[in-house]
Amino acid sequence: MKNTNKDMKKQINLTIDGIEVGVDEGTTILEAARKLNIHIPTLCYHEDLCVAGNCRVCVVEQEKVKSLPAACAMPVSEGMVIHTNSMKVRLARKHIVELLLSEHHADCTKCYKNGICELQGLASQMLTGDHLFLDLVPDHKYTIDMFNTAIIKDDSRCIRCQRCVRTCEELQAVSALGVAYRGNHMKISTFFEHPLFEVVCTNCGQCVNRCPTGALIERNYIDQVWDAIYDTNKHVVVQTAPAVRIALGEALGMPPGKIVTGRMVAALKRLGFDSVLDTDFTADLTIIEEGNELLSRLKKALLDKDPKVSLPMATSCSPGWIKFIEHTFPEFLGNLSTCKSPQQMFGALVKTYYCQKRKLDAKNVVSVSIMPCTAKKFEANRPEMRSSGYKDVDYVLTTRELGIMIKQAGLDFESLPEEHFDSIMGASTGAAVIFGTTGGVMEAAIRTVYEVVTGREIPFEGLNITPVRGTEGEVREASLKLEKVKPEWSFLEGVELKCVVANGLAHAKKVMQDVKDGKANYHFIEIMACPGGCLGGGGQPIPTNKDIRTKRKQAIYEEDMGMSIRKSHENPEVQLIYKEFLGQPLGHKSHELLHTHYTPRKRY
Amino acid sequence: MATNKNSYITELVEHYGRSRTSLMPILQGVIEKNNFISDHDMTDIARELDLSAAQVYGTATFYSFLDTEPRGEYIIRVCKTITCDMHGKRQIIQTIEDMLKIKAGETTPNKKFTLLETNCLGWCHEGPAMLINEKPFSGLTPEKVHDILSEYMHK
Repeated sequence: MKNTNKDMKKQINLTIDGIEVGVDEGTTILEAARKLNIHIPTLCYHEDLCVAGNCRVCVVEQEKVKSLPAACAMPVSEGMVIHTNSMKVRLARKHIVELLLSEHHADCTKCYKNGICELQGLASQMLTGDHLFLDLVPDHKYTIDMFNTAIIKDDSRCIRCQRCVRTCEELQAVSALGVAYRGNHMKISTFFEHPLFEVVCTNCGQCVNRCPTGALIERNYIDQVWDAIYDTNKHVVVQTAPAVRIALGEALGMPPGKIVTGRMVAALKRLGFDSVLDTDFTADLTIIEEGNELLSRLKKALLDKDPKVSLPMATSCSPGWIKFIEHTFPEFLGNLSTCKSPQQMFGALVKTYYCQKRKLDAKNVVSVSIMPCTAKKFEANRPEMRSSGYKDVDYVLTTRELGIMIKQAGLDFESLPEEHFDSIMGASTGAAVIFGTTGGVMEAAIRTVYEVVTGREIPFEGLNITPVRGTEGEVREASLKLEKVKPEWSFLEGVELKCVVANGLAHAKKVMQDVKDGKANYHFIEIMACPGGCLGGGGQPIPTNKDIRTKRKQAIYEEDMGMSIRKSHENPEVQLIYKEFLGQPLGHKSHELLHTHYTPRKRY
Repeated sequence: MATNKNSYITELVEHYGRSRTSLMPILQGVIEKNNFISDHDMTDIARELDLSAAQVYGTATFYSFLDTEPRGEYIIRVCKTITCDMHGKRQIIQTIEDMLKIKAGETTPNKKFTLLETNCLGWCHEGPAMLINEKPFSGLTPEKVHDILSEYMHK
């Protein structure tokens, strides 16, 4: 076949289970089978990661070939005849799963992943249970790392598929987890098997999202939250992050991309929270503080020519990113915005402003947050995060944990009515909603900063600043020229504001390395630790892949478009809090409650 | 934060370069110098090669000849595989243990000898076999081992 078009790949014809199919050269048997809607089971394979081919669950039979190739790793070749369901294949797969189980601590009813474990799923599909192989679990000494506030690593449940290792290296460029030792001693290990809290782990939880078993899970605080709810002396406040409302449905059996904001609020009220509030409120507040911080840094740099001012300024909403930069680029901590993340701003205000308004004693208030994130659990436990005089956020639950609580309470989520957030600290804008996706903080900030500086609305149709909307797996650069500015901002006239948006720590590393090498000349950097931003966070429902994240992203922008107010500075409750409590942006109270500092940490 | 880097790491890195493929020769270089790779050395190498410490640890633990624990000046590795075993490997180990007053896996208090068992050395036709550092000895008998070790003990 002659290729006229360079982009056109050579077509390969093969037969799978008697059906002929033509696919591009380089396609794997697994991908070709999926095209025919033939399901080949997999375990170590994950769409987001490179092929490993180490679990062998996806083996198929190839005619005229003696051994069974792994469908995920074997590229198609002309005239190949594949059987995915022959006697030989079925028996081999069953034995492979049974062998994996012989080294897996399968006390499923005690496991956090019970019901959503991929290995358990395969075991039930293949009706394993012949006890053909010796149970090796009792003879092994396994490590369970429970010292971390965010993630628990239980080696006895690990099947060594290395999805976590690939995630940590390919998506996050952290490699806190690696493969150590060899053969039957091989294990997934940190440096010298130190506990996770002692190494470079950022707690992003991407490994948790991809672990097929219960070997890597979040530390859950469900029981503590129930205890607080049932304690009649406690006033329990809950805040919900922007990315939770577009993914919670998935944890409760709904398809990806469903906006469930109203039902989520209704569910939280029925669970017994005393007040259901919105992290979006402090997301808007973050924009006011961070936008003003950016302007003040620009003023110092451009007008006062202060050589000490740190530019570019980087966002600080993503706690995975914060821990990453603390380890990897500690020399750039001054470039981070001093703003706390919306979660922590909210926590600090709950135990001060909210208590004051509602005439509550902060010691009787329990503040809970629902986050798409495992790193938020670590963040809430940081010693810096006690500026209200108490622990600002007492418990952080992931989207998954909220899903479990809703199931525990016996609520039929889909049939719940749509309810509204309580007040105060429940009002939000479209600008806050898009914090949940990559590029969202940048867009929200520009909507506000541009208007502050020029007095005019940003000239993009429908306020949709598409050039800064990040894309997964890509570093997006954009610039914005400031013209006809207000007199007090005259030093910004004609200035081209250079922005960059990155998601996933591998891309963050690239951006920071460019800044370090002097190759990039940015003013403002937005970084989210997880692929796609918070919507792909480590606390989001499992499974995750690009399709699912794209649907969540569409839902976020849909939610933004549906809001009546879409600029942070127009949030009425934000305006009110400055009038009643905070005074002015970057003021004394703000500094006390809403800003923080960072801790240099060792990478090695 | 910066720990005092051992100068031999700098030399090795300068010699082999900073690409990931340099990791193996650098690790082997450390072994040649030190008989084992310490956690400090691993972090220094990781920093130089822009790898994570866990990645260097993974590579070092994969190879049994890249020791990650302190070893003696002379590392004795006795082949434990089946042919040597049938040719009397156990008596060989016993002789060494008696002479050095240590068990397999241990190092003498004066840090001169470490006794280890190893997988096949490829001397099956002349088993039992052992290595002392890089030097192979085959066709071993307790008497022969006694002579060899005595010589090393006086080195």
